[in-house]
Amino acid sequence: MNSMITKGLPSIKLPALKKALSIAAIASACSMALGLSSTVAMAEVNTTGLAVTDTEVTVGILHSLTGTMAISETGAQEAEKLAIKQINESGGILGRQIKIIQEDGASDWPTFAEKSKKLLVKDKVAAVFGAWTSASRKAVLPVFEKENGLLYYPTFYEGLEQSKNVIYTGQEATQQILDGLNWVAKEKKAKTFYLIGSDYIWPRTSMKIARKHIENVLGGKVVGEEYKPLGNTQFGSVINKIRLKKPDVIYAAVVGGSNVAWFKQLKAAGITADKQTLLTISVTEDEVLGIGGENLEGFYSIMKYFQSQDNENNKAFVAAFKEMWGDDSVIGDVTQAAYLGPWLWKAAVEKAGSFDVDKVVAASEEGDIELTTAPEGYVKLHPNHHLWSKARVGKWNKDGQATVVYTSELIEPDPFPAGYQ
Amino acid sequence: MGGYTYNELGAIFAMQGFAGISLFSVLLLMALGLAIIFGQMGVINMAHGEFMAVGAYTTYFLSTLTETYFPGFMPYYFLFAIVLAFFVAGALGYFAEYALIRHLYKRPLDTLLATWGLSLIMQQTFRSVFGAREVSPGLPDWLLGSYQPTEMIDIPLNGMFVLALTGLVTFGVFYLMFKSSWGLHVRATTQNRLMSGAVGINTKKVDRYTFALGCGIAGIAGAAFTTIASTGPTTGTLYIVDTFMVVVFGGAASLLGTIASAFSIAQAQSILEFFISGSMAKVFTLLTLVIILMFKPEGLFASKVRR
Amino acid sequence: MSFAYDKLMGGKNGLTGFIILAILILIVFPLLLDSFRLNLVGKYLTYAFAAVSLVLLWGYGGTLSLGQGIFFGLGGYAMAMFLKLEASSPENTAIQSTPGIPDFMDWNQLTELPWFWEPFSSFTFTLVAILVIPALFAYIIGSAMFKRRVGGVYFAIITQVIAVILTVLIVGQQGFTGGINGITDLRTLNGWDITSDSAKNIFYYVNCFLLLGVIIASRYILTSKFGRLLLAMRDKEDRVRFSGYDVANFKIFIFCFAATISAIGGAMFTLQVGFMSPSFVGIVPSIEMVIFAAVGGRMSLIGAVYGTLLINFGKTAFSESFPELWLFLMGGLFIAVVMFFPNGLAGLWQDYGHYITDRFKSVKNLFVKPASATKATTVENS
Repeated sequence: MNSMITKGLPSIKLPALKKALSIAAIASACSMALGLSSTVAMAEVNTTGLAVTDTEVTVGILHSLTGTMAISETGAQEAEKLAIKQINESGGILGRQIKIIQEDGASDWPTFAEKSKKLLVKDKVAAVFGAWTSASRKAVLPVFEKENGLLYYPTFYEGLEQSKNVIYTGQEATQQILDGLNWVAKEKKAKTFYLIGSDYIWPRTSMKIARKHIENVLGGKVVGEEYKPLGNTQFGSVINKIRLKKPDVIYAAVVGGSNVAWFKQLKAAGITADKQTLLTISVTEDEVLGIGGENLEGFYSIMKYFQSQDNENNKAFVAAFKEMWGDDSVIGDVTQAAYLGPWLWKAAVEKAGSFDVDKVVAASEEGDIELTTAPEGYVKLHPNHHLWSKARVGKWNKDGQATVVYTSELIEPDPFPAGYQ
Repeated sequence: MGGYTYNELGAIFAMQGFAGISLFSVLLLMALGLAIIFGQMGVINMAHGEFMAVGAYTTYFLSTLTETYFPGFMPYYFLFAIVLAFFVAGALGYFAEYALIRHLYKRPLDTLLATWGLSLIMQQTFRSVFGAREVSPGLPDWLLGSYQPTEMIDIPLNGMFVLALTGLVTFGVFYLMFKSSWGLHVRATTQNRLMSGAVGINTKKVDRYTFALGCGIAGIAGAAFTTIASTGPTTGTLYIVDTFMVVVFGGAASLLGTIASAFSIAQAQSILEFFISGSMAKVFTLLTLVIILMFKPEGLFASKVRR
Repeated sequence: MSFAYDKLMGGKNGLTGFIILAILILIVFPLLLDSFRLNLVGKYLTYAFAAVSLVLLWGYGGTLSLGQGIFFGLGGYAMAMFLKLEASSPENTAIQSTPGIPDFMDWNQLTELPWFWEPFSSFTFTLVAILVIPALFAYIIGSAMFKRRVGGVYFAIITQVIAVILTVLIVGQQGFTGGINGITDLRTLNGWDITSDSAKNIFYYVNCFLLLGVIIASRYILTSKFGRLLLAMRDKEDRVRFSGYDVANFKIFIFCFAATISAIGGAMFTLQVGFMSPSFVGIVPSIEMVIFAAVGGRMSLIGAVYGTLLINFGKTAFSESFPELWLFLMGGLFIAVVMFFPNGLAGLWQDYGHYITDRFKSVKNLFVKPASATKATTVENS
């Protein structure tokens, strides 16, 4: 199973041999001068004092285990641990096993900054997999840039950012949104849209992009745009407003506990899939657990990944995930994107032949690192640090899983989309 | 409002009216338990939201149990869940009063802090027991969907259910407070604790049961809100500020004040939300309340009792 | 000399406690800790400003504010606005559609700087704003409430609601405020790189001196007649009122003073951490500040500093090893402090400290009078 998952990654050929070589490396470090193995000596793989020994390389995982964001971030850190375990089982990276130092961001942005600084300065980790919300990413960004660390960030997000020290494994906003909108306009003959989201940067930026696309490209009309405070649990008035405007499509980006209230109250108000098309960009399998499949049935989500995706990579991934974290665990878009992080890092390190951040970044920026084993199918790293990926539209079923009804072509990531700002 | 028929406008008007009433019942149910405790002891129970979450988790627990062992019972379990939620939350409240609150009656501000500590512990307990993720209790079909008196009007069934439940609970509380001998004791203790003790009322017992009753009602609210909102470790925090506002705005020691306050806040909010977009509606509502409270600090219905 | 001695230091005992604290934060920490940990301590010490302000307001004044985060946030945001404007020079922001304004404004289609941002391009104005705006805000809230004799639980809840309003406003008006992400990516102060280690060390010392200064100023207030009136008001407000004092004005003054202190902490926080976000304005940070003061001892200015340090060290250490246990511990601490140690660390030291100091004495009179350190708080009480 492991070999299936690693299949196609460029540099893994004979894991067992490689491990043997790395053991040889400890036994006789001096003989490395021969330079005939792919396990390279310390002096070459690590010139910047990272926590790399002859047998081990240390990485950090930084997610919220406590606080309000723990709900969302649990899956991401589980996926990262799974990927690292699989990499270790298949021989590690450059002959080195990956050791994890995990820190709790506690849903608190300065804590994220503090912990990331600890990981980089004290623990000297070679890479960090973590952060979830935009706010936590913005908080750690200056730290990573200053200490020259490397962050793999898994969440789909609003774009408008491209840091040398960050690899974005989720989709930026245009990548996620545009094809889904095209689909709904074509498939449902939708002309009028009602936009509703939680009041913070990601929904607002995503709505801005959606509005431009609807008005300028699709020739449709936005009949209402609404933002509710985070944590809001009352949607009665908004639902009546929507009823008054009679949009073809409700386009939603409500998050957290609000999201549950929104869908429950929508259903109770008689706005169900047989009467109303609803497209959301903030519901993954994780959210469905709290919302309940019966409240979502027939509505659509745009994501790059759905657990139900039918391909060999995904079947192996889902099986491995459930084996490690329990049969009732579900896998959402961000969880899958987080799983890609360690694999992308591994590919870049092996291409660079070094753990040095500058070299790994340079290797990543060449634009030819690809994962044919990605559960979502296939991804490729773009020189702008984002991934080429597909957008998918999933239709929710009562059991909490989605049926993929539309898959786009591979979309180029464009964090600074012209015409959408 | 061009392009709409009178029928349509009428339908929206009716539904918007119901949205206001529904919000009123939600706020009232949230605040009732807190108001009883506040009225009796002058203490704000910061863990009130967590007692609501206890009710919600009780419902979830019972729904999972029913689904696994007695699937045929699913349509009815919810009614039992509400009753059970009342007793579980009430028992926890009883215990909290015994272990914590009764030592702090002379220091209301300290009770505020102690109950905040309690709320942190309860949140982490939910997280350890039920997991960090939100859960969704399976709801009976008769609570899902809407009632359609005409082609254009949809009245949410869960909204009507909460409304009816709020009515029932409010009626129950009034009956207890004003018609039972226990209520007489409560009112006597509120008005003059020393004198009540002197005439043979066990004021400590009254306190304990009042606190338990308040928490029990929070449990009912929590169970009822699983139909309209989320259930998670931090669910309680979504409600606390609104709840405090209703109680403080209503004025201490006045159940009528709480009702009036819940009604005016609900109407203001639902009307503002209809006409103002974005989170400004929330800001305006809260700001107005704060300003009114600055001019009329004793709230809508002043209490004339001696503490 | 005797004036300074008695008033500012609180007599001999107060002086010893003060000197021990000064030695600890100015000499011991910098020697023992590397620059990463020292920066952390610096961050904790900014919260200590708020904790000290709560000692004044709550411990002595008897009014509990659950909204000190408001003022901490106002100070922090004022500083952040200045730094952000500096970071957003037209050269740095050349890729934006409107160069010269902060990046988040550009993302929100603002094409010019809002009027209330304009003055913050002046450092002098910013410094004045940090001191004055929070005090002004506190004056408005305070005069509305105290004049009408709102106190106790009502005051606590209303300040809390104001904190919520401010948070919703900041998050909702993201074009003007940076929204939930806050104001991030602050790099220079008048051209000086504030992210460098040397800058962080300097800020650490500035922070320490400001904190010590605030403690001295607070002591001055508490040992004056005003401080005694404050205590009298807390215990028997009506009696003070009947004696002809205008109780409300005293409360308003102490509320404004506490607001300014918290704001200084907020401004120092921004400088040391490099960003400011709405998560320091809301309910949770405000209540945490109260617990800092409670753990330290609500009647002890110096205790508040130790309480802040202890809780934050605990939080960092625990969340590194047992994140699940942290909330249990924090909750338990709230309850324990309120129920068993209402005077916090300072109270503990008063009750049991002499066991330690006695041992010192019995060993040798190494120091002239080590036991005096225990009395830092009693003097403040007098």
